[in-house]
Amino acid sequence: MAAVHGDVHGHGGHDDHHPTGIMRWVTTTNHKDIGTMYLWFSLAMFFTGGFLAMGIRAELFQPGIQILEPELFNSFTTLHGLIMVFGAIMPAFVGFANWQVPMMIGAPDMAFARMNNWSFWLLPVAASLLVVSFFVPGGAAAGGWTFYPPLSTQGGLGVDMMIFAVHILGASSIMGAINIITTILNMRAPGMKLMDMPLFVWTWLITAYLLVLVMPVLAGTVTMLLTDRHFGTSFFNAAGGGDPVLFQHIFWFFGHPEVYIMILPSFGIVSEVIPTFSRKPLFGYSSMVYATASIAILSCVVWAHHMFTAGMPTVAQLFFMYATMLIAVPTGVKVFNWTATMWRGSMTFETPMLFAIGFIFLFVIGGFSGVICAIVPIDIQVQDTYYVIAHFHYVLVSGSLFAIFAGAYYWIPKWSGRMYDEKLGKWHFWLSMIFFNMAFFVQHFLGLAGMPRRIPDYALQFADFNMISSLGAFGFGLSQLLFVYIMIKTIRSGEKAPDKPWDGATTLEWTHLPSPAPYHSFEKPPVFKPTVH
Amino acid sequence: MRSKSVVTLAGVAALALYSSMAVGSKYNFPEPQSVIAQDIYDQHIVLLWICLAIFVGVFGVMFYSVLKHRKSLGYKAANFHHSTTVEVIWTIIPCLILVVMALPATKTVIAMKDTSSPDMTIKATGYQWMWGYDYLQGDGEGISFYSKLTTPKAQIENREPKGENYLLEVDNHMVVPVGKKVRMILTANDVIHAWWVPALGVKQDAIPGFIRDSWFTADKPGIYRGQCAELCGKDHGFMPIVVEVLEEEAYAQWVAEKLAGTNETVNLAAVTTEMVAEADEDNAAADKNSENN
Repeated sequence: MAAVHGDVHGHGGHDDHHPTGIMRWVTTTNHKDIGTMYLWFSLAMFFTGGFLAMGIRAELFQPGIQILEPELFNSFTTLHGLIMVFGAIMPAFVGFANWQVPMMIGAPDMAFARMNNWSFWLLPVAASLLVVSFFVPGGAAAGGWTFYPPLSTQGGLGVDMMIFAVHILGASSIMGAINIITTILNMRAPGMKLMDMPLFVWTWLITAYLLVLVMPVLAGTVTMLLTDRHFGTSFFNAAGGGDPVLFQHIFWFFGHPEVYIMILPSFGIVSEVIPTFSRKPLFGYSSMVYATASIAILSCVVWAHHMFTAGMPTVAQLFFMYATMLIAVPTGVKVFNWTATMWRGSMTFETPMLFAIGFIFLFVIGGFSGVICAIVPIDIQVQDTYYVIAHFHYVLVSGSLFAIFAGAYYWIPKWSGRMYDEKLGKWHFWLSMIFFNMAFFVQHFLGLAGMPRRIPDYALQFADFNMISSLGAFGFGLSQLLFVYIMIKTIRSGEKAPDKPWDGATTLEWTHLPSPAPYHSFEKPPVFKPTVH
Repeated sequence: MRSKSVVTLAGVAALALYSSMAVGSKYNFPEPQSVIAQDIYDQHIVLLWICLAIFVGVFGVMFYSVLKHRKSLGYKAANFHHSTTVEVIWTIIPCLILVVMALPATKTVIAMKDTSSPDMTIKATGYQWMWGYDYLQGDGEGISFYSKLTTPKAQIENREPKGENYLLEVDNHMVVPVGKKVRMILTANDVIHAWWVPALGVKQDAIPGFIRDSWFTADKPGIYRGQCAELCGKDHGFMPIVVEVLEEEAYAQWVAEKLAGTNETVNLAAVTTEMVAEADEDNAAADKNSENN
């Protein structure tokens, strides 16, 4: 923490007076402090969700019920999903945005500094609601992270706590998104046009628009669920004139763009890391921007591919199948562009680059299984099986999470002024890579062979793959402790980092700011010289 | 040259691996037992090959680059950063590949959706946590029963060794004749369930208050097992589906026995022999079952 104090004297305007101790963090409006809090919060939630994952895999280690009774098992899967999506992955990216967006566009801070503070401090409240719900009568919500009614109408107090948590998280995300949009559109250094922005900033701009578009939809649908539960409405109850499937349509209208909210910023991080360590400009900058925008637009018209087995007209199934398959095109363009960036570069393989290459490699596997799931007849077989679990962990863990690791290793020298231990970083990468695949690759086979998801016990033919998967998951979980160790070691006692430790880096935070970045940076906007794209 | 042969070797190894997966059903869909399931199986294999080809292509190039274009080998970075021609080409080619994938899938979707002119119709109702079957039309019309997990609690709680069909066995099989088009009508009593029999290529959500339909024609007699595929609460993992496909005569006999017995829940094990003589006992058993429900 001491690292972000780095005082740099001799710049005009603000000085670094701020409260010390806990009040510094409670009252801060500094984008770097808030970014730091987002990242630590996300890490804490990552381990909370990870603990639940370990519980799930421990129960599934062998057939039979050993550790978790079925109802508690369902709570574990439900809260694992909610906490990882809303508590770990999304806040991590907002943390990156807080630290990086102002520094990469040459702005002094975020546009709405106080709102920034508020949008962070909502998160611990929501997270406590989720965690505490395990201990209320009836236990935590157990209807899956998608909480489909009528099942979610049946639960107890835990479900209401989850609904309020989702409301609060949604409000936090909307505020964060508005802040990011305003910052990017209004506060760029003079001379920086939109098409000059680093790709990480572009992907976040598009992500923020998606957030503003779909978060209110989520808030709406959980409110309908709440009034169905307590105020006598029957939006989702057929007996009262409602329709349970309506919930699924509204939920996935949020839920599918949400998937891209969790992956677009990682495309941004990878698009910064790959050129830096290839020592070569990003290939196809403008097609990268257009691809990101097309993915975002397409993501709003494919929601019903989550519901092929819910039953819908033939024409609707075909439309959603074609639209979903189409997403493979801009995604493919991105992968080809990254490959072309690496091609005839002068590459080195520090930990951020390893995680970025690992990201591309495994994300493409997740992309393939995504196309396979898009094909309606095949999806009819694999929907709600472990195949889908494998698919979305390939895009969310080896996708989003690996990109978060890449970004953390890439920027920690700028944030803390200290270098991480390269040898340990590589260990972290290879352990994560091996155990991740051990945990999740076999789940493809489990799904194809017919194991449904969200079951606490399974038929005997699934036993061996489940055991392999559990061992892989335990290994993956333990490997992440190494990440915490590396980060704490870096902040406390890492070697002093030069201002620009990566010789291929070109963005403003590396070229214009010392390491660690001063508490207030770019109070006078930098002179921006566009590079050719 | 060396890295080329490495790539080739890796490709061959991957091909061999995938081919072996296609054979053992442990790594793939269960052996298809209906036209639709066969279509799904075949399309999945084709897609795997296409994905594998793309995978080898893209990562062949990337890993060649990773091996050769290294700073440690003294490789100097080029400085190109776009090429409209190349970018157009690699936008169009994936589109064409997608069309190739979509064509057969479209045909299958249309076939799956065609539930018209069935030989018989069965309504399956999802309950927390068992299935109910009503034979609505065709041979067996009027038959109605519940179908519940029979795996003993002691096996689930690890107090007894687990049997062969652990968690996939029920008291009353849903029995259908071979080679007949069976239209399934799905609904549910409480929450959403999903009726899924992988070997027959059918999965359809059962939604309370609404009706959905699907169909299958079983190719061969046999017993095909599936499970509820939509989270439906505590015992979601404990409401399997067992479809027994019989030859036509055997099916006719089953229907006769069923109808002679009772329209209420009947324990199939009890009715296979001496149906008439045991009718009284069956009725008693049925009453007991319906009380439990």
